[in-house]
Amino acid sequence: MLDNNKIGSVMIVGGGVTGMQAALDLADSGYYVYLVEKSGAIGGAMAQLDKTFPTNDCSM
Amino acid sequence: MTLSEVTGIAGDAGNFTVTVKEAPRYVDMEKCIACGACTEKCPKKVDSEYDAATGKRKAIFVKYAQAVPLKYQIDAENCIRLKKPGACGFCEKVCDAGAINFNDTEKIHSINVGAVILSPGFEAYDPKPAQVWGYGDFPNVITSLQLERYLSASGPTEGHLVRPSDGKPVNKVAFLQCVGSRDENLCNNGYCSSVCCMYAIKEAVIAKDHVPGLATSIFYMDMRTHGKEFDRYMDRAKNEVGVRFVRCKVNGVEPAGSTGDLRISYVNEQGRQLEEYYDLVVLSVGLQTSKETMALADIAGISLTADKFAATSDFAPVTTSREGIFTCGTFSGPKDIPQSVVEGSAAAAAVSEVLAPARHQLSTEATFPEELDVANEDPRLGVFVCHCGSNIAGVVDVAAVEEYAKSLPNVVYVERNLFSCSQDTQDMIVKRIREQKLNRIVIAACTPRTHEPLFRETLKAAGLNEYLVEMANIRNQNAWVHSDTPAMATAKAKDLVRMAAAKVTYGTSLKNISVPITQKGLVIGGGVAGMTAALNMAEQGFDVHLIERTDVLGGNALHLKHTWSGEHIPGRLGKLIDKVIWNERIVIHKQHEVVGVEGFVGNFRTTIRSREGQTATIEHGVTVVATGGSIYSPDEYGYRRLKKVVNSIEFDKLHELKEKHVSSANTFVFIQCVGSREEDAMYCSKVCCTHSVQTAIRLKKEDPKRNIFILFRDMRTYGQREALYRQARKMGIIFINYELHGKPTVTENGQVLDVEVWDHVLHRPLKIVADMVILASAIRPKDNAKDLAKMLKVPVDGDGFFIEAHAKLRPVDFSTDGMFVAGLAHYPKPMEESVAQALAASSRAATLLSKMAVSLDAIKAIVDEKNCDGCALCVDVCPYKAITLMDRGDESGGKIVAVNVAKCKGCGLCMGTCPKRGVYVAGFTMKQISSQIQAALAV
Repeated sequence: MLDNNKIGSVMIVGGGVTGMQAALDLADSGYYVYLVEKSGAIGGAMAQLDKTFPTNDCSM
Repeated sequence: MTLSEVTGIAGDAGNFTVTVKEAPRYVDMEKCIACGACTEKCPKKVDSEYDAATGKRKAIFVKYAQAVPLKYQIDAENCIRLKKPGACGFCEKVCDAGAINFNDTEKIHSINVGAVILSPGFEAYDPKPAQVWGYGDFPNVITSLQLERYLSASGPTEGHLVRPSDGKPVNKVAFLQCVGSRDENLCNNGYCSSVCCMYAIKEAVIAKDHVPGLATSIFYMDMRTHGKEFDRYMDRAKNEVGVRFVRCKVNGVEPAGSTGDLRISYVNEQGRQLEEYYDLVVLSVGLQTSKETMALADIAGISLTADKFAATSDFAPVTTSREGIFTCGTFSGPKDIPQSVVEGSAAAAAVSEVLAPARHQLSTEATFPEELDVANEDPRLGVFVCHCGSNIAGVVDVAAVEEYAKSLPNVVYVERNLFSCSQDTQDMIVKRIREQKLNRIVIAACTPRTHEPLFRETLKAAGLNEYLVEMANIRNQNAWVHSDTPAMATAKAKDLVRMAAAKVTYGTSLKNISVPITQKGLVIGGGVAGMTAALNMAEQGFDVHLIERTDVLGGNALHLKHTWSGEHIPGRLGKLIDKVIWNERIVIHKQHEVVGVEGFVGNFRTTIRSREGQTATIEHGVTVVATGGSIYSPDEYGYRRLKKVVNSIEFDKLHELKEKHVSSANTFVFIQCVGSREEDAMYCSKVCCTHSVQTAIRLKKEDPKRNIFILFRDMRTYGQREALYRQARKMGIIFINYELHGKPTVTENGQVLDVEVWDHVLHRPLKIVADMVILASAIRPKDNAKDLAKMLKVPVDGDGFFIEAHAKLRPVDFSTDGMFVAGLAHYPKPMEESVAQALAASSRAATLLSKMAVSLDAIKAIVDEKNCDGCALCVDVCPYKAITLMDRGDESGGKIVAVNVAKCKGCGLCMGTCPKRGVYVAGFTMKQISSQIQAALAV
């Protein structure tokens, strides 16, 4: 395929911490991003955690 | 796009058409203001998925308090009205916004994209169907995820740890490891979930923090705390916090009478059958790929591994079997948060390699209305008081704060919001600013650290200068810490609002500083990590300088033969080196070292020196540190003194060359943790367990009659590597556990070596007559890492590894903007993690390199030319070396200081030091601060 036929947008399937990081990096470097999430809100499993080690930071 | 699922992916890399099915929300996102009235009235209660069924939610609900988007949704499965038309409908009646729409329907979208990233995550193993350890039958057996919710302030018990059966306080809690992991019988998940050991320790530590005197025991097979700082955390948990660790085989959990207590029976290391009683048992559940995710893999047409994770190569860890489709996170194997975040960025880098020609094709810059000039207007303050749900309003009398704010000078408008940060409130604030002609804003809510950028954007959207906002932190510094004294908290909230109003009254419009970016990268280190980062940046269209100290590219990988999954390293490495050499955007500087670093993000100047002493200076916008690591050379076990004691890398070479000591040997002993997990190096080198097991398997395959022993402390074949450990045991390789206080000894005995180790199962010393001893030597940082760190002004930890900006969320960024780290320089890691980190570093770098200029905020030191007398006191205190002394250049012949705004961080040390008011920080002028202080004192 010729390079000029490439579409400058990306779909990310899953809005957890991983998908969000990918979305942010891509959006920040010049791509249009569709972030598709199955549930009603992004955040994924990390949003369920209370605190994270080693700093005991709040997961939110 | 929420409530959405992918149902089809057609087309090819660069041009896919993805079909997305969006389920009805039954709530109009445009109208819903998330007031919560609907949920209050909804009569239908069901288990909350977010709370892992420890709590309830309604049929109309928001996933969690801080959800994005903060919009309610109706769960059609449980909604009375949707099940039976005409019934219930309370939510519709109470919704003032008119957002409820029972006629909402499913929508199908067809979306054209260049690439797809699959990051569907994991599901926690559900122990219910198999009734693991009585889960489901005994109410006081819960999962680790449920414990997270009990420990959380936003959980069902608001952080109070009580027993589910009777609400009694918990005094003794047991954690049972490997539930749904390393178990082929109950769940068919043979792999290790990698994260449970560490989260169990964390939960035990936090639970002890919640309940003073709580006894916590972790029952385990191997403690796998292989990540950065993990072993130290475990050590602290054991020796300072008092978490008990029991290596054993649990064989039963039974109710102890009718009290709700539980009896755990287990066989300890000495083979003795024991029993203990607990009032709460926590199952450390593993990670697995859900059925929905397997269906997604099928739709995407990508291959899975035997453990049902996305199949990838160790050299391309985010690339799936279908071109143009990438993966990251736990879908490609169980992993922790930092590694997931790394892979998120890595996937972005991999996508960018494919789509670079189409960069900026579809993206748009956010546009804002023209800024109003308010310099000559009288101050008109608007104050917005946030409830933060019940975070603030549950303690502070927000209505009283609202009334009080109205009485303050220059305040013309005051309003309260449930969540001032929600999208609808943002829009509303913009509206109010316009309607009421507000020109200064106070947000009485939470911390500016996390939320000030958001409110600045809001002001911009209203045409106000973004610096005309001040936040009063009435949550973190007030409601949270003074929850026991609400009246005083309310008084303090008023004080904070008064101070913020006083300060912002004298605020002025400030302009951000734009600094151009040199669109070139510099990578230090020509190993796999450095080359991968350089190549990806080059493929993304940026010029790169690659600095390598030696005369060859390849680094440590030159000594390695196979990755854990069996991929041939020399072949892949050769290809990578070729690509780097032939890429015209990469300039390679072999036999060069970095000797000087100047500048700041977007504008670095690095001086390199060749072996012959010639220097050159390179201008670049970003720096990637990938200086690698080296193998530890031990002083124990007769290493160097005894010919048949070698380290694992040396052994691999001898083995490959069919050296006679190896080919004639019959008994091999591997000693693990040589130089790792000891006092001076309290970290795990992460790769050695797998490496030894792999080598042992190869030896045994060559000749099944060989005797092979592996002496280990904890076998850390994490993730899908567990299959190798299982295979090794099946082949008859003997694993003997030793403790740090009973290390093995190696002595020469004629032609053979006597290896003695204390077998604490048999309770006696064990002697192995060995032909070869192979030491699994630790990975150490490079000897020059500290010097380089000093030049780059980035930190290294006590072990000598570079420290990232945030252990969880910024795993490849340095806290200095524009600098990144990858590979062994950061911490020991296997090939695929090094590659992922290198790609991630490149992705983070590309977020800067893809822009023409970087915008720096306006909170900078400014020299008052009238007052500065050139005393230079500020020059010494500036931690960022941003201030220099120079001649005034006029007839006075005097001196004056100058500030480099790109280096200045606006910390204000100069302002505090200056005796003449010759320097101040924009946004924190003397007038602003003194009026704030006067407001604090004037009650």
